[in-house]
Amino acid sequence: MLEYKPREIMAIMAGRMVKRGDVIFCGTGLSLIAATVAKKIYAPESVIFFETGGIDTALPELPISVADSRVMYRTSMNAGLLESFSILSHKKVYTKAFLGAAQIDRFGNLNSTCIGDYLHPSVRFSGSGGGSDAACLAAEVIIFMQHEKRRFVEKVDYLTSPGWLSGPEARGNTGLQRGGPSAVVTNLGIMRFDERTKEIYLSEYYLGVTSQKVRENTGFEIDISRAAESKPITEEELRVLREEIDPQKLII
Amino acid sequence: MTKILTLQEAVTTFIKDGSHIALGGFCPARNPMAITYEIIRQGKRNLHLYVHSHGQALDLLIGAGCARRVELAYGGMGRFAPTCIRFRQAVQNGDIEWEDYTNYEMTLRFFAGSLGIPFMVTRTSLGSDILTKEGFRPETRKEYKVARKKLAVMDNPFSAEDDKVVLVPAINADVALIHAQYVGEEGTVRIEGLKFADVEIAKCADKLIVTCEKIVPESYLRQNPDINCLPPFLVDAIVPAPYGAHPTSCFNFYDYDAQHLNMYRRMAEDDEKFKEYLNEWVYGVSSHEEYLTKVGIKRLLEIKANPAFGFRPGLERG
Repeated sequence: MLEYKPREIMAIMAGRMVKRGDVIFCGTGLSLIAATVAKKIYAPESVIFFETGGIDTALPELPISVADSRVMYRTSMNAGLLESFSILSHKKVYTKAFLGAAQIDRFGNLNSTCIGDYLHPSVRFSGSGGGSDAACLAAEVIIFMQHEKRRFVEKVDYLTSPGWLSGPEARGNTGLQRGGPSAVVTNLGIMRFDERTKEIYLSEYYLGVTSQKVRENTGFEIDISRAAESKPITEEELRVLREEIDPQKLII
Repeated sequence: MTKILTLQEAVTTFIKDGSHIALGGFCPARNPMAITYEIIRQGKRNLHLYVHSHGQALDLLIGAGCARRVELAYGGMGRFAPTCIRFRQAVQNGDIEWEDYTNYEMTLRFFAGSLGIPFMVTRTSLGSDILTKEGFRPETRKEYKVARKKLAVMDNPFSAEDDKVVLVPAINADVALIHAQYVGEEGTVRIEGLKFADVEIAKCADKLIVTCEKIVPESYLRQNPDINCLPPFLVDAIVPAPYGAHPTSCFNFYDYDAQHLNMYRRMAEDDEKFKEYLNEWVYGVSSHEEYLTKVGIKRLLEIKANPAFGFRPGLERG
């Protein structure tokens, strides 16, 4: 079995989800490398865009932020935030967003704001940025999480970015027009959301991981009955990631 | 009278204790750093800051004790600091007041300010705690230029069906600070690469200070007006500041200074070391030229952008 780091398999598994013709709204952190993986390996014809205004960027080098000059190189247009948000929410475009967060609950609601009480937090994070916007307005959201009990929680300390909120009708009832998370890519496997209840379940576990391990690292009861093993990552995928995409180990 | 001022003159003239300041740039890109250092050197206090996603300038103004309030969507420097370090400390210690919005909301708020209208409307943040949790104290809501509430939800008055929308209050800052690549001698502004929300930010304030890499003749910018973004009469002060966004990046001119930002992160994590950083890099230099001399020609050449890319390909960023 290949040796790899958690973030490596997450970037590769998420990169595999991108198809030719996809329009991807790319957030910060691991999203940046997953988008670069997609562009270099799986779907060079996919469109990657950033809230900062970089539309269909070529990604010649790995950016370390959505405002990195590397997202401004040979784009179809260099615009600004207003233009980007008009694309994110455009009814004509099926936008998929890549997002990370600090906490997630069973409905895919995300916290990237703080741990503890909002006014007296024990740990403060960066905040929403465009994350909540993507969660509210994109047609679909793919989430990155480290799979730990303290991150997969019964209730998020602060609901920064709406997932399915409290169930299948909740987004519509609150006034959101579309969207919701489709997958959560972790270092142990891939979770998806039940079509009927919108609750998270284990869909795939990686080679060498058991569904029991996923259960042990999830802070709430998770359905593992439908889980199957993922197609293992290949030596070539790892080589491209390590040698061509992130040789300086900036994100991995 | 010329609008071309020095950093010192611009800060003295336009920024007072308690000023409401909107900052241009985004995380590690085009932060108005040179003027930020000057604000800190002049010891301005009780500033009220507005940013969408921001980084280094935000972190220093908070860390140096210049800011008492911030309305923001995000405080982070990407790989160099996933959460801005002094911002994080200040929030955890309760040293500042803060209000969380989203990037889209902050952009709409700047836009509303630039149009002179009281609010804009969106559907973002429905269902989130951004909508339900207020950070500012009720007393703060009564203060100068502070919106009376964070956000409001209403029914779309034009629809027969149930359709909820979110109203976001306009930002009307006292001063906007942006850093551009080129400004004409009278004030025409040209920003290259992504503009972020700098144009909306520039227009939401009573006064606009533009620091820039190069001041050029107006006739030069008029050769290609398609890519200019602000006319001269909206600009109140033009400040020449080459490498004025350092250690953040400025497309086509220089990359971010990864080594400096990594050093900053290490020092900002420790209260004493952070003071040392301020003493060494802000208080300890009397001018922007002295700051650049301290950064050194070697580093400035290392991060210099390759014109074929707009950044420095292969830059050591680890």
